[in-house]
Amino acid sequence: MTQDSPDAPQADRRAALAETVLRVLGEGAVKLDSRPGELACEVPAARLLEAAAALRDDPALKFEMCMDVCGVDYLEYGRAEWKTADATSSGFSRGVSDDLLPAGSSVPPGRRFAVVYNLLSVSLNRRLRLRVYCPDNGQPVVDSVTRIWASADWFEREAFDLFGIMFRGHPDLRRLLTDYGFIGHPFRKDFPLSGNVEVRYDPEKGRVVYEPVSIEPRVLVPKVIRHDNRYDPQLTDASPNG
Amino acid sequence: MAEIRNFTMNFGPQHPAAHGVLRLVLEMDGEVIQKADPHVGLLHRGTEKLAESKVYNQSIGYMDRLDYVSMMCNEHAYVMAIENLLGISAPIRAQYIRVMFDEITRILNHLMWLGAHGLDIGAMTVFLYCFREREDLMDCYEAVSGTRMHATYYRPGGVYRDLPDSMPKYQYTKWRSNKDVDRLNERRGGSMLDFIEDFTRRFPGCVDEYETLLTDNRIWKQRTVNIGVVSPERAMQLGFSGPMLRGSGVEWDLRKKQPYEAYELVDFDVPVGVNGDCYDRYLVRIEELRQSNRIVAQCVDWLRRNPGPVMIDDRKVRPPRREQMKGDMESLIHHFKLMTEGYCVPEGETYAAVEAPKGELGVYLVSDGANKPYRLKVRAPGFAHLASLNEMVQGHMLADVVAVIGTQDIVFGEIDR
Repeated sequence: MTQDSPDAPQADRRAALAETVLRVLGEGAVKLDSRPGELACEVPAARLLEAAAALRDDPALKFEMCMDVCGVDYLEYGRAEWKTADATSSGFSRGVSDDLLPAGSSVPPGRRFAVVYNLLSVSLNRRLRLRVYCPDNGQPVVDSVTRIWASADWFEREAFDLFGIMFRGHPDLRRLLTDYGFIGHPFRKDFPLSGNVEVRYDPEKGRVVYEPVSIEPRVLVPKVIRHDNRYDPQLTDASPNG
Repeated sequence: MAEIRNFTMNFGPQHPAAHGVLRLVLEMDGEVIQKADPHVGLLHRGTEKLAESKVYNQSIGYMDRLDYVSMMCNEHAYVMAIENLLGISAPIRAQYIRVMFDEITRILNHLMWLGAHGLDIGAMTVFLYCFREREDLMDCYEAVSGTRMHATYYRPGGVYRDLPDSMPKYQYTKWRSNKDVDRLNERRGGSMLDFIEDFTRRFPGCVDEYETLLTDNRIWKQRTVNIGVVSPERAMQLGFSGPMLRGSGVEWDLRKKQPYEAYELVDFDVPVGVNGDCYDRYLVRIEELRQSNRIVAQCVDWLRRNPGPVMIDDRKVRPPRREQMKGDMESLIHHFKLMTEGYCVPEGETYAAVEAPKGELGVYLVSDGANKPYRLKVRAPGFAHLASLNEMVQGHMLADVVAVIGTQDIVFGEIDR
């Protein structure tokens, strides 16, 4: 995907853009590793509103559109369900093991929930991905950017609904996608895929009833992380399960 | 004096004009809307969560079911995100096939939109006309993938298979006269490309027919002109994309501005509206039908002249052919591993966006190096559009809500996901 005009050397223009973005974002902002052609930055949660307003209003950036706001739960990041380092005694489909790493043990404080903003500048034809970590793992809260980009309204409601991330200053933070009276935040990694309740019509009571879910959660294909030389130039930082 | 209070009215979720399952809670002063509160999520299936528990290729089929009237465009964004992370790209012939099917999909979507929008605000005939042409394009979907809607045709590294040499024909049955069957098969004598080429020749005339019915129609204009006006600045604030943004006069089309696949190599124009009302968005979409037809014709021409592979030749992504698998141990292992474990995608994250018929459909994909996505987020264009419904209908009459829902071209498969 070409994002800059073809006349200028693209790599230079990207580097210049990255520099401008970091300058505008101010202290605390970090450029994240990203694919060539994409630009991603991280700002501390305390400076989110300032940074967002600057990104929108700076004449050299003009990110006037917020295309997407997305919650991410990093609870099980890099945690595989199947050993690949050595031979296994169990078959692949039965090889799911939960004891490779205890859940959440690798998440440092303030690194579990992130909110990712995908910004677009229509006038300058650029994209930027902005990531903010919620400072508290238990009670994730970040500032709402609805005053800066009106489009963030529903996206933040969705992130609240699915991840339980609170947006400080949001005008109307209600659940959006889940059922009326739903309990829990379904896209969190510790929420089971099959849910907690099931619903059926009870002919005796003559109404719809909620009951604890009767199916056992199971993994059909274990999650496998393979170390692949093709994708990893610095072979040293292999994932914990190799 | 009697106390005057606003009405609260419930609209949907089962209403023909709700385009699926939209529940609207409307606060009304007489017949004028004060506030509209859409309740969505009745079609929420947790597609993104499901994708986290499946290997990459198994979720392609779920993408079709997001925006179920523009199926292949959804696949396209997802497949593009995977390709980004894997660092592969499809062969040029596959890129042309993707462009062709993206545009066929755009025509399919806009025809559905036109028919439904027309029906919503009182034009019955155009619905029947649109479905007549849609049927031919659905047959193209079927010929190439085996299914009329949920194709699962795009794969990381290309497309599932090359275009068929012959177009499937109707069989003689006792339920239909032989004359009818012959008439249906008239255009299906040649290859699929012949069939599509024949369609592209006919289609501009069909669009003229729709326009004869609507463009200068007094009732149509009364229902759409100056309804749901959005200024360009506001459209950008609200995260609009696609025809909704272009209808407001912002010249923005990812196919031109951030070209992907073979869009740089085909010639087409981007229509832009002036007033930002329902009528302008109608005109934009009608012109897009014509432009898409132009692109399809160019792709047919190119595909005829340039045979070649339609899938990347990489055993780590694409399973080997069946004959190879039967005779070769390496191939058997590759096949087995790809079918059971899938392929691991290198750690990283990407945002891949395509210009879907409704606007920017983006896929934000986070991979931790595993054979399943760590997090998949689909940025649906309709989601941002529906979020602005409250603003767009304020001060309008109840009947105009239907016109605005129609013009937003919302489909709940992608909004609720």
